[in-house]
Amino acid sequence: MSEKLAIRLPALVGLATALIALAIVAVFFWAPSDADQGLSQRIFYFHVPIALTGYACFGWGAWKALRLLWKDDPDADLESYVAIHQGVIFGSLTLITGSIWAKISWGVWWVWSDDQLVLFLVLFLFYCAYFMLRYSVDPGPQRANLSAVYALFGVVLIPVSFLAIRLSHSFIHPVVFTRNGAQMTGTMFATFCICLAAMLVLFITLYQLELAGKRLDSRIRELKELLS
Amino acid sequence: MRYLSDVAALARKDLLLELRAKETIPAMLLFVLSALTIFHFAIPRGSSDVAALGLLWVAIVFTSLLGLTRAFVPEREQGLMDALIMAPCDRSTIWLAKTLSVIAFLGVAEVVALPAFTLFFSGLNLKTVAAVVLADIGIASVGTLTGAMAVAGNARELIQPLLFLPLSIPVIVGGIGASATAGPKFLLFLALYDAVFVLLSWAAFDFVAAEA
Repeated sequence: MSEKLAIRLPALVGLATALIALAIVAVFFWAPSDADQGLSQRIFYFHVPIALTGYACFGWGAWKALRLLWKDDPDADLESYVAIHQGVIFGSLTLITGSIWAKISWGVWWVWSDDQLVLFLVLFLFYCAYFMLRYSVDPGPQRANLSAVYALFGVVLIPVSFLAIRLSHSFIHPVVFTRNGAQMTGTMFATFCICLAAMLVLFITLYQLELAGKRLDSRIRELKELLS
Repeated sequence: MRYLSDVAALARKDLLLELRAKETIPAMLLFVLSALTIFHFAIPRGSSDVAALGLLWVAIVFTSLLGLTRAFVPEREQGLMDALIMAPCDRSTIWLAKTLSVIAFLGVAEVVALPAFTLFFSGLNLKTVAAVVLADIGIASVGTLTGAMAVAGNARELIQPLLFLPLSIPVIVGGIGASATAGPKFLLFLALYDAVFVLLSWAAFDFVAAEA
C-alpha cells in the first residue's frame, strides 16, 4: 500500500505540475482575448475550474461519508475529512478569484447577484462549521459519524441553497449580470478543459499528499504508544 | 404503531419537563418580544413593510435557536441520552419526539410573536403564516439534529448556532420570499426543504445519537 503510494505520489506531482504549466501557457498565449472584457476575462479559466473542483471535493467528501455510514469503511473518515479540507481551500480560492473578477469587470468586490459566488459563501460558512464540529468532538467513532452526517447535509444543502439563491432574485433585485453563456470558441473551450483537468489533478495530488501525511502521523503515534 | 407510541411517550416527557420547569418557553417568549422591540428601534421610520417582514424572520430564527440550544440540555445534564439509547426503541424516535416538542415550543412562541408583530409593525397575510408553519417544521427537524451533534462535542451550546445557521439560509429565503412576493413558489420551496431535510435528519439521527 505505502510502496504503491510512494511511486504514485511523485508521478501525480509531476503530472499536476505539467498540466498547470500547460494551462498557464494555454490561458495566456493560446486562448483568444475576449471581445468585451479583454485580458481580465482570462481569470475565467482559473475561476470556473477551481469552483468546479471545489464542488468535486465536497462531492467526494460526501461520497466517502456515505461509505463510512453505510459500509463502515474505517478509512473513509479521514478521506472524507481531507476531501472537505481541500474543498474549503478551493472554495476560498473561488471566492477570492470571483471577487477579483467582479472588481475588474463590474467595479465592485462583491456582488449578490452572482449565484455561484453567493452559493460558495454559504458553503464556505457551512464547511467552516464542519471543522468547528469536528474539532469540538474527541477523536473516535462518534466523531467520524457526526462529521459524516454533517458532510452529507452539505451536499444536500448545495442544490437546495442554489435553488434558494436563484429564487431570491425575484425579491432582492433583478438579475443584472448574466453569464455570457457557453458561447466559447473551440480554442477557448479546449483551454478551459485543460485548466479543469489541471485543477482536478491538483486536487487529487493534494488529497493524496495530505492523506499520506495524516496516515503517517497516526502511524507514528501508534508506534510511539507501543514504545512507551 | 409501536413506533408512534414510543414517539408519543418521549414527546410527552419533553412537554411535561417543560411544563414543570418552565424554562424554555418563557425565555423564548421574552426573547422574541425583546427582539421585536429592538427591531422597532433598529429600522428607521418610513422603512418599507418588507424590511419589517425580514426582521420578523430574523426574530423567528434566533428565537428558535434559543429553544434549540436548550433542547438537549436535560438529556445531557441528567445523563438521559445513554438511557434513551439503551432503551429498546428505534433511535429515530428520540429525534422525532424532540422535533415535535420543539415545534410545539416554537408554535407557542409564534402565537405570541405574530400578533405582537402585527401590533408593532404591519399586518400579516395568510401566506406569511403558512410560511411560518412550514418553516417551523424545517427549523425544528434540522435544528434538533444539529443540537444533538452540538451536545456531543466539548464546545456544547457554543457550536449549535454555527452548525444551524448555514442550514437555515434557504428557510429564510423561502420565508421572506413567501411574505414579500405573490404566488405559491416560495411555499412550495419551503415544503421541498421540509421534505428533504426531515427525511435526511430522520435517517441520520441513528448515527448522531451514540453512546457518549
